[in-house]
Amino acid sequence: MIGSPDVVAFTKEDDFGDFSDPLSLPEEFSVPLFTHAANANPWTKTSYAKFSKDFILISEFSEQVGPQPLLTIPSDPKVCGTFDLNYFSLRIMSVDYQASFVGHPPGSNYPKLNFVEDSKVVLGDSKEGAFAYVHHLTLYDLEARGFVRPFCMAYISADERKIMQQFQELSSEFSKASECLKSGNRKAFANELEKKLKDLEYTRSVLHKETELQKMNNGCYSTQAIEKANELANVEKSIYEHKDLLRQITSYPSKRKRDVDSVQCEAEKPPVLDETLNSNPSDSAENTESRKSSYTPQLIKAKSAKCFDKRLKTLEELCDTSFFLQTLEQLNAVEKSFRGDLCLIYTSQIDRALVSKQRVTSFLFEAEHDWEDGGTSKNFSIPSNNPTIPILNLSGEPLSLDSYTTCIDVDHLKPGVESGEGPPESSTSDITQETSEAADTETKGSFSSDKSIEALGSVSPSSLQTNFFDGLERRSKISNASYSENASSSIAVPHRRSDGNLVQMDAACCIGHDGFIFEDPLPELAQECCGDTVVNQEPLSLLHGDPALQMDYILEESPNMGLTFSELNTSVLSEEVAKINIEDVFDRTSFMSASTSSDRAVSPFTYGSVLTIKQKKKAGHSVLRFIRQYPFAQQAISCLLSGRTLVILGIDEGTVRKLVNALFIFVPNLGKYGETVQPWLSTPFQLTDLQRWKLIGLQRAASPAGSSILHSLNRYSRYISILDCDNKTLRCPPYKGTLISHLADHRTQIKRGSTYFLHIQGMLTQLTAKAFLYTFCHHIHLPMDINDQGSVTSRRTNFLLQLGYTVEESKIIQYLSELIKQHYIHGSSKVGNPSFSFNYTTSYLYKI
Amino acid sequence: MLRWILGGREAQGAVEKSAALFIGEEQPKNCFTEMQVLKGHFDIVRFLVQIDDLRFASAGDDGLVLIWNVETGDCLLELRGHTQQITAMTSYTFIRGENTHTALITASSDRTLSLWDPDSGNRVQNISDLQSSVKCLLVLDRLDVWLSGGNELCVWNQDFELQCKTVHHSDTGISAMVELPKNFIAAAMDKEIVIFKLNVSGSDVAVMAIRHLADHQDTIHSLISINDGLFASGSHIGELIIWDSVDWTIQGYELILWEESKGDGHSEVKVTQQKQIERSIQHMSSDGELLVAAVGSGLYVYNVMMKTVVAYRKMAHDSNVLHTMIHTGGLMSCSEDGSVRMWELQDLPLPAEPASSGFFGMFGTFGRSSKHAGPPAKKLPEIPDLRSLELIGDLIGHSGAVQMFVSFEQKALVTCSTDHLLIVWKDGELQSQLRSLAVFHKLEENQQL
Repeated sequence: MIGSPDVVAFTKEDDFGDFSDPLSLPEEFSVPLFTHAANANPWTKTSYAKFSKDFILISEFSEQVGPQPLLTIPSDPKVCGTFDLNYFSLRIMSVDYQASFVGHPPGSNYPKLNFVEDSKVVLGDSKEGAFAYVHHLTLYDLEARGFVRPFCMAYISADERKIMQQFQELSSEFSKASECLKSGNRKAFANELEKKLKDLEYTRSVLHKETELQKMNNGCYSTQAIEKANELANVEKSIYEHKDLLRQITSYPSKRKRDVDSVQCEAEKPPVLDETLNSNPSDSAENTESRKSSYTPQLIKAKSAKCFDKRLKTLEELCDTSFFLQTLEQLNAVEKSFRGDLCLIYTSQIDRALVSKQRVTSFLFEAEHDWEDGGTSKNFSIPSNNPTIPILNLSGEPLSLDSYTTCIDVDHLKPGVESGEGPPESSTSDITQETSEAADTETKGSFSSDKSIEALGSVSPSSLQTNFFDGLERRSKISNASYSENASSSIAVPHRRSDGNLVQMDAACCIGHDGFIFEDPLPELAQECCGDTVVNQEPLSLLHGDPALQMDYILEESPNMGLTFSELNTSVLSEEVAKINIEDVFDRTSFMSASTSSDRAVSPFTYGSVLTIKQKKKAGHSVLRFIRQYPFAQQAISCLLSGRTLVILGIDEGTVRKLVNALFIFVPNLGKYGETVQPWLSTPFQLTDLQRWKLIGLQRAASPAGSSILHSLNRYSRYISILDCDNKTLRCPPYKGTLISHLADHRTQIKRGSTYFLHIQGMLTQLTAKAFLYTFCHHIHLPMDINDQGSVTSRRTNFLLQLGYTVEESKIIQYLSELIKQHYIHGSSKVGNPSFSFNYTTSYLYKI
Repeated sequence: MLRWILGGREAQGAVEKSAALFIGEEQPKNCFTEMQVLKGHFDIVRFLVQIDDLRFASAGDDGLVLIWNVETGDCLLELRGHTQQITAMTSYTFIRGENTHTALITASSDRTLSLWDPDSGNRVQNISDLQSSVKCLLVLDRLDVWLSGGNELCVWNQDFELQCKTVHHSDTGISAMVELPKNFIAAAMDKEIVIFKLNVSGSDVAVMAIRHLADHQDTIHSLISINDGLFASGSHIGELIIWDSVDWTIQGYELILWEESKGDGHSEVKVTQQKQIERSIQHMSSDGELLVAAVGSGLYVYNVMMKTVVAYRKMAHDSNVLHTMIHTGGLMSCSEDGSVRMWELQDLPLPAEPASSGFFGMFGTFGRSSKHAGPPAKKLPEIPDLRSLELIGDLIGHSGAVQMFVSFEQKALVTCSTDHLLIVWKDGELQSQLRSLAVFHKLEENQQL
């Protein structure tokens, strides 16, 4: 589809033949070396763009003033910088978009509303350094010309690849937002129509009276009487039309449902929306009832006010306020989720896709995502680096190319409108973002041509039909240009022939041509993964899939994939970064040691708030410090992993909380809100608390309450481990083994908290995998015959020993396995009455 | 672990007084490695009754009867109706049509008796306006009647119709009843055991007192049936009497003193003067051969056949023992100190040093009259089979006195307590295996196997 020479240059041909030695890193995977050029920030890329980061722009093509920007998300004016919103609005609104034909269609006497699909367009302006995903939609307004007001929402980024490769995601997100706006609009429009109808009916009755009066006074054929009669007829007609409009708008939902293309959007819509939509007709009837009393109809003058005199409704008025706010919320979320570099987004998408494949175990250590809300079939693509719209879906179903066709418009922009300013000095963004932008420097160069790329993708069959004819001519022109360029390249992309027919290309064919499918990962490779250190492992496991978890990934291979995957290998990369930014690290560590007694630890555990990855990454710092400070860190971690409640006892709340904030990442099945952690408790705990909480921060106080706390500590001492932060002691069962020493090595070379967090995450994933294996191996759990409990026990023990675990490590695996079983049996919903397991083992007192 | 060594009186006493028995955290023989806390009651939980393999009922001072599933820990039903504390509860199995039904009979201080259906939670029958509150219940499956004991003894049939009752006995009333052969009933009333005879002629049932056995010196707290031929009673001052079920003669008599005595002759005097509470026999249980008595905070194991002491431990708990149980290979006891302890009968590795009669008096079979005259005997060397009671594990969870427990064999042990909680203790290993089976079962169901 993209026939741009810039892009074609990056696609190498058939370079993915041999993967015989997957352990050696392919060349593409290596991070390009940074050439030291005098202090230049190697990571800056946004030199062209006049805005500092991506934003969302909502514009309107106003019938009074033409294209105008309405609002940006985020609304901070700094975001857009010197970027000319007006100009850009003009650009995006000028993309030929007249899909919504409203008016008197031939053969009908009254206006007809066309429920048109939104159109989705990718637009580039390399001069401005801005690329945008543009989502056009029309809203209904009774006072507007043809009853429609064209709007568009645009996601504007300096990174073209981001727009192109996240097209599908952007499209689905914006569709949701647009759907929200439109349903609000329909509601408002229906309300408006009803009001108008009342006015008209009132007017009619008034006119009627006047006509009668005229007839009485002047006779039937007086000019006044005829005028009045005409006026009345007009009003009658108007009423008829408005009634029809009302019928059309209220009949929308059922009509909509038939639309196969939008089923998914419909389903993903929040329930609130659905309700209002479905109950629309009856609801509005009800509303009419109530409004009858409140609304006093007005007389409508025969001639409406001049078009330019009236004030047009704002977007908020057009849509119901609550819908408007909801849309803004959604868009804010969209902006957040697409923040950062493309690689970051890829990584998190891959991460999400992987995690969603591990439902059985992901609850243990993974942060809870919203995939449980049923968005199961959401196609996720691991995109390649060449700017094709991703053609990869994990479900294995071929994408229907009907759903989107893309064609390219190579358009010469008028140069030099805003060419003056130099690239803004931006190096403030955070490191990860910068790193991933590094490899983009090459791409940057290729865009220095005067060309900008404009891709147009209209996204549904229905829309294709509605604007087929007006689009056709233009498309064929475009495609002629692009196709010839395309022909030489080997990119298989859905495209349109010049004669305007759709070329049906099988997605599998595309993949076969462009990538390869990992169907049957070699078992020994997976084996090797286990023994290796974590850091090297991640990309591998991703490549080969995990047979145990039955991941059937189809990875689209592309020559430039190295960039994507080098970012995947985040730990390595961050390590690299850590070395580069060594000063920064020193800063951090010194700050860390300085802050030992300070109270800066803000607990992530505020009631009801969701734990985020960010908080977990922060915890990485604190854990690192904990491990360096306390030689018995391994024992403490072992307790947490094996489900033995760890009580952190101390006088100072700050110190205790800080330790809790550090250690909570080791608590399996933490819960979405960290329910299994109690960061600060100043009352004696009960037995049921031990069942609930696996990590407790406890106040040591000299009050009577304090003594009863100590009493409860003493009473339940067999179920808990006590970390005394004041005396720096730990009372817990011993731990012998090497597993946790890898996890918590006080001589670790890892210096950054977030890196360390990833290291931990990797180790924990490995543990989880073992627990999974242990849980789902039949032969060790199923009794050979009925009276066989003993041999089951011994088989279990032997299995764990063969995996190389010591007794203490076996307890960890067993605990995780029990959690997995319970989770599997009862689902993600919490069991009504969970049981609490423990061991009778002797505790020892560890001191510094 | 502290070992109880017989002999060495002074040292022994010192040890017992200073340090309570403590087993430590390493308990390899304790298989209860999983617990489930059941909340639902608002006051002391005093009674647990097993309904079937899966269900049990709990009741207590809040007047609530709750029915639980022992496997899942779910509260299945709440039986509400009593306005005051429950004083007695028993299960009642009867045959209606072809099916065997199990129902629950509860008695409360509000002077009502209720029959509940544990499947539906319905209060099937209810009798109010009793003259006194019922303290004990006894179901006679053979006659298909049941008895309630309070200030008088009432006999009821299956349909909750009063068949007959005795005259008002005393204000203390009947505290316990056991069934004896030939339609006789033994009931404990203060210091006496009264033998009642049930005369059944057709559908009419009549009850009359036959004998008053007044051999106990103090209030009888515990009355149990040992086997077909014997029953036992225990009193407040540590008298344990084994009775013949048929002719109601004394088959064995033990006066458990738990006392260090300076001189043999004075021991009994001392006993009556002090430490009465400590010697009170609160509870007894038996497996037909061995009988375990909860004496104060100690345990006392008696072989009924041999009429000998098998083992004993004076300070088995830190506080009074409330409930005991004998199972194969060991005992279990729970106490006011909030713990449940598991014991094993072990042969003493060394021949025991002779313990003095100060610990318990041995009288053999004596009549009541002769008992006063008879000198306390120093008989310990004559007990060759004395074994030791070794603590093999304890269950700590409750924060108040553990009132009683009921065992579901391998499945679970349920305890109830003053702290309003019930705890189900399970074998963690077994549970884990069961869960594995459940997982594979579900996998099979979902065809993911």
